[in-house]
Amino acid sequence: MHKESRIRDPLIDGNKTFHDITVEVAYPVEGKANKYWWILFGLSVILMLWGFGCIAYTIGTGIGVWGLNKTVNWAWDITNFVWWIGIGHAGTLISAVLLLFRQKWRMAINRSAEAMTIFGVIQAGLFPLIHMGRPWLAYWVFPIPNQYGSLWVNFNSPLLWDVFAISTYLTVSTVFWYIGLIPDFAMIRDRVNEKINPLKKKLYSLLSFGWSGRAKHWQRFEEVSLVLAGLATPLVFSVHSIVSMDFATSVIPGWHTTIFPPYFVLGALFSGFAMVETLLIIVRKVVSMEAYITIKHIEYMNVIILFTGSMVGIAYITELFMAWYSGVEFEQYAFLNRATGPYWWAYASMMTCNVVIPQLYWIYKIRTNIIATFILSIFVNIGMWFERFVIIVTSLHRDFLPSSWTMFSPTFVDIGIFLGTIGFFFVLFLMYARTFPVVAQAEMKTILKSSGSEFKKIENE
Amino acid sequence: MNNNIVYALYDDDDILLNSVKKMKEKNLNVKEVYTPFPVHGLDKVLELKETRMAITAFIYGCVGLIFGSVLIYYIMISGEYKSWPMNIGGKPNFTFFKNLPSFVPVLFELTVMFAGHLMALTYFYRCKLFPGSQETSPDPRTTDDKFLVEIEHENFKEVEKFLKTTGAIEIKKKDDK
Repeated sequence: MHKESRIRDPLIDGNKTFHDITVEVAYPVEGKANKYWWILFGLSVILMLWGFGCIAYTIGTGIGVWGLNKTVNWAWDITNFVWWIGIGHAGTLISAVLLLFRQKWRMAINRSAEAMTIFGVIQAGLFPLIHMGRPWLAYWVFPIPNQYGSLWVNFNSPLLWDVFAISTYLTVSTVFWYIGLIPDFAMIRDRVNEKINPLKKKLYSLLSFGWSGRAKHWQRFEEVSLVLAGLATPLVFSVHSIVSMDFATSVIPGWHTTIFPPYFVLGALFSGFAMVETLLIIVRKVVSMEAYITIKHIEYMNVIILFTGSMVGIAYITELFMAWYSGVEFEQYAFLNRATGPYWWAYASMMTCNVVIPQLYWIYKIRTNIIATFILSIFVNIGMWFERFVIIVTSLHRDFLPSSWTMFSPTFVDIGIFLGTIGFFFVLFLMYARTFPVVAQAEMKTILKSSGSEFKKIENE
Repeated sequence: MNNNIVYALYDDDDILLNSVKKMKEKNLNVKEVYTPFPVHGLDKVLELKETRMAITAFIYGCVGLIFGSVLIYYIMISGEYKSWPMNIGGKPNFTFFKNLPSFVPVLFELTVMFAGHLMALTYFYRCKLFPGSQETSPDPRTTDDKFLVEIEHENFKEVEKFLKTTGAIEIKKKDDK
């Protein structure tokens, strides 16, 4: 019953037992943080506080402290919003889509990838909130009965679709993540000695919801996971499609294209996997998960990056072709301006980082090299940020009326808030890595006998 | 009645599955099995009924779809604006059907939101999982690497002898802890 084709590479290295998995997954939670963790955490907290300061300054003074102007009325904030939302997509792809496809390699990385999703979406959500100027009125985006007339939200607007898409995405992902976490919290709960650490025992008892691992509960657990995966799969595609419609339903040249939904979804997966790699290459080292997050896992992710990166490249070229083929001179100029105008350097960075550099993954040695993967993943992160910047700013800064053409440059507040969200994201992720089981240990135990390297060796003999 | 419970501990999922099969063949009353991870095939051996979680999700999804439709119909078509549909950007709302394409995203999201959250709540309710629940398995090792079978018996000696043949590593009565 634990057979697996011998040509498949093992997913768990070393001679592990069920108990080893428990011990190694619980280790970062039970042990003390090392020096590197504290350095990283300290830096992230400083960045986060700087960002919060900039947010306070924005709210106190007004959106005027940003670099926006009458022509470029959407720039840095929405770029960051789309970037963070996109990063979130890889987590749901790994935990939901790969579950439907029964990909066993997802089990080692789904917990952290999904944590990244949730933390990324939290950062994304900050931007529209701040851009409202009066964030205490944020509840106005929901259709709540009111005394203003009655004044309702507009269900024809893609911005409202975004509200529904992102709140559904954030909450359903969190529930999906948490249901998987319950058995693992129970594992930690049962390892904590009540006499030595009563508070920890109490905390993990609360978090584990009284999980006991009954056969009927596991049966329901598996069905619930499967159904949630089935729900999350169309959800994740809908979210970035709807984000793309914020642009695609407008009449701005460079935005008004039907290719946007698939193009954005693939771009999101592309950037998300890059961020998963950036994080996991650090995490597997810091909390010693090399046996579970193996080179094979990294190679699989690199293959996905290569595929989605090439698809994104096709989308870029299709856009250029359609601009020429449409015969609309505004559309043609928008793209000519993107590639050769004053923001040519942003376009060039985007093309280099997203289309050219990931092609290196065709080389086996590069896609199985950890340092190369780490560097390339940073390139993709940067490239995907530039993609959003290019789409948003270059389409706006030279619009239909040449007299209002202008340039956008960020102020220190724009940059500060962005750096602040990166800090906030890492603060959340680092705290997660010390208190949560970073690998879905219950699921890993189910594949130990079929995909563990020692078990496979015995099987093959 | 508690005196009649015996716990058998196993350290391998395959041995556990075979043992439970044998117990069922011997017509022992297997009350519960605690495992650290889902053991595939165990629910069949234990003759557990198929779970209806997926069905509840479908029903909740339908509820979400209907809720969304009614909400949007009230806000955009009927409601306060019965005689004056909202006219936004020169795109007035006259009938629900004609405006449906732009309502689809929200309807979809509400369907997923209702199905996902309400199913999760049903799952917590049915499994009696909630923060503050003090329940744990009889042996804390079952969340680590051991598998525990809870059996109701009449003659301890006889059951113990039988369980030993199935490969149990520990057998004890509920009392002697």
